Amino acid sequence: MRALKGVSFDLEVGEVHALLGENGAGKSTLIKVITGAHRADGGGMEIEGEMISDLTPAKAMELGIACIYQQPALFPDLSVAENIGLRLEKTGIFARVKWAARRRRAADLLERIGAEISTDAEVRTLSMPEQQLVEIACALGAGARIMIMDEPTASLTQKEQHLLFKVVRNLRESGVGVVYISHRLEEIFALADRVTVLRDGESVGTNAVGDLTEAQMIRLMVGREVEAIYPLAEGKPGEMVLSVKGLGCKEGGIQDVSLGVRAGEIVGLAGLVGAGRTELARVLFGITPADEGKIFLNRKEVKIRSPREAISHGVAYVPEDRRKHGVILEMAISANMVMASHGKWFPGGLLNFGAETEAAQKFIRDLGIKASGPDAPGGSLSGGNQQKVSVARWLATEPKLLILDEPTQGVDVGAKGEIHRIIRELSKQGLAVLMISSDLPEVLGMSDRVAVMREGQLADVLDGKDANAHTVMALALGSEEVTG
Amino acid sequence: MKIYSRELTVGGALVLLLASLAIFAPNFFEGQPFISRLASQMPALVVAIGVALVIMTRQIDISIGSQLGMCAVIAGTAAGAGMPMGVAILCSLAAGALMGATNGFLVAHLKLPSIVVTLATMVIWQEVLRLWQKGRLLALPDGVQWFGMSQGAGQAAVIGIALVLLVGAAWAMKNISAGRRIYATGSDAEAARLAGINPKAVTFGTFVMMGVLTGLAAVLNLVQSPQIQPNCGDGLELKAIAAAVVGGVAISGGRGTLWGVLLGMMLLANVNPALTYFHQPPYWEKAIQGMVILLAVGADGLRRWSGAKGHVS
Repeated sequence: MRALKGVSFDLEVGEVHALLGENGAGKSTLIKVITGAHRADGGGMEIEGEMISDLTPAKAMELGIACIYQQPALFPDLSVAENIGLRLEKTGIFARVKWAARRRRAADLLERIGAEISTDAEVRTLSMPEQQLVEIACALGAGARIMIMDEPTASLTQKEQHLLFKVVRNLRESGVGVVYISHRLEEIFALADRVTVLRDGESVGTNAVGDLTEAQMIRLMVGREVEAIYPLAEGKPGEMVLSVKGLGCKEGGIQDVSLGVRAGEIVGLAGLVGAGRTELARVLFGITPADEGKIFLNRKEVKIRSPREAISHGVAYVPEDRRKHGVILEMAISANMVMASHGKWFPGGLLNFGAETEAAQKFIRDLGIKASGPDAPGGSLSGGNQQKVSVARWLATEPKLLILDEPTQGVDVGAKGEIHRIIRELSKQGLAVLMISSDLPEVLGMSDRVAVMREGQLADVLDGKDANAHTVMALALGSEEVTG
Repeated sequence: MKIYSRELTVGGALVLLLASLAIFAPNFFEGQPFISRLASQMPALVVAIGVALVIMTRQIDISIGSQLGMCAVIAGTAAGAGMPMGVAILCSLAAGALMGATNGFLVAHLKLPSIVVTLATMVIWQEVLRLWQKGRLLALPDGVQWFGMSQGAGQAAVIGIALVLLVGAAWAMKNISAGRRIYATGSDAEAARLAGINPKAVTFGTFVMMGVLTGLAAVLNLVQSPQIQPNCGDGLELKAIAAAVVGGVAISGGRGTLWGVLLGMMLLANVNPALTYFHQPPYWEKAIQGMVILLAVGADGLRRWSGAKGHVS
């Protein structure tokens, strides 16, 4: 699969150029190509009229290309001056450290971007935006002419954002070209001179920011038809299985979420990365328990304070990162499948290998899992099949509510269709399904209703027939304008 | 299900060692000395079972040597005060459980690193023993040695208890839900938690189990002599951990079997007697044991290394 196909992009001296696109539109890949982390297999790149070939990260740095990531990569136990010094000073192992010069340079760089940070402060004591400023100072000290900022405001408060905006404007005035990536339209209007929209790995237009309205930007981002064929719902959804009222959790950063899911219904949970979708799932599963609001399961109010309690109430959660927290790679898939339902399979705690193998074989058959057998270790399966094992583990608990977090992420196209079919099949059998997905066509194609989250809150819940790429994206981005 | 490659190699090495002893020094297997030697290795085996469980949950316990000393002195003092043998044994087990629970609480609930916690408790118990006993030997009353039985019956009891325990624990690790929880927690604590397992409870439980087994090992140790030294457990932690590691228990948690631990313990413990029977200077014992550990772990490293070169993930 090609992540990028035919992207054109240019950046002028002293310009802030915004890059806009949905999750997976190719923004990150483009950055990786520009910074030399990935190699372009077509096209070329020029800096000040000079053709650049065979770009490597080191060469990109030399050319003055710097990238400021969301999570600064600094040494938390060292001071600001030491961090900047480590990045910029090229000396031998036994060279003496010139402390005064090191501090002076750090102070000078921080002053140039307008940051008020002590050079002796330990980095761990700095706030996230202050750490980003240190990164920017490093980049400036290294002679960066092109600075790429990847969603720099994603984890910042309003006040912190303004500080960062000030610095970005300072950079622009000093002649640095800034590539600014953000999901937040209001930031783009506030900060950028021009905007390039990416969609499905292609650039679909570069415009001066003043020439576009929010609605036009959104249309550029999503303008495509839902291509794949999704299994259709049949019949009416049944009883309300899950209903939450005013749910909030400080640790997860979500607040005031009210939502219901019925038996036999698939509710898609859409939103941008960081909008709080996974966090909501983690609250419902008791990983980070709610600190306000109510959860009702089958119309009875319940408290869910741990995954154990969630399981006992009939909630199942197939997590996002199955490699990390889904399938235990060293264990046989049969053991993986019964892992969450030992109490049901093995009352009294004595394992029954016959029952286990039989159950595993049934799941392997039903879900079409490709494995050498129930004894195959989880790690020996492909991604899509591991995902199915993860699903099987939760079906084995006989849940009432199944929460799926990015069920087809990193799964090949064939397995994807099969997983969709399985999800629909389960919902037909009366399971309530809450499906988190960043894949917009998947959300639109699979969901009976679409709940859209934005900045930790539920923006709105759309009926399947009202949900389309425009309405969902407009909600996810928080656009005021009515689109459609 | 799995290929028990480590168990097979270590078992092979053990068979090789015993076979060459059988050929070149057949008196190794003769009568009383053989039984005495076997009985004296049992306390370390019991401790190794416990520490293997701890390592399987991706923790470590290096306080077990001084824990054993504490348990032995407590049991010895209880017996010396005229309490019946059964009560003295219970005292030892309870003391072990309490010390294990201390480690377990600090590691599982306060999330402190187990190497630091057990380093601290190791030193603390050692110092408590030093201040309490001032290095004195503690003489045991009659009726404690060999549980008040003849030496032969006592030795048989010691060996029997340890082996029954090993077989039971090995069976349980495979066949009881709790065993699988230990493996799951050690493989991936977060995944285990998401599957409804309580990794804190599992970790705490294994440390308590470790303590109880140390208490039992202390009893199996003290019945073999007429008096006990307060420092009788010194160095035991390293022996037990080495046995577990050689036997294939992955220090990164989640993998290994207690059968492997038995083989590892037998292999390491027989290095010294084998040297004696082959008429070699006993100074080589530690060096050879070190080499066995390196060989066992090095084999894994080599396999991973060649595997990593083979395919890019």
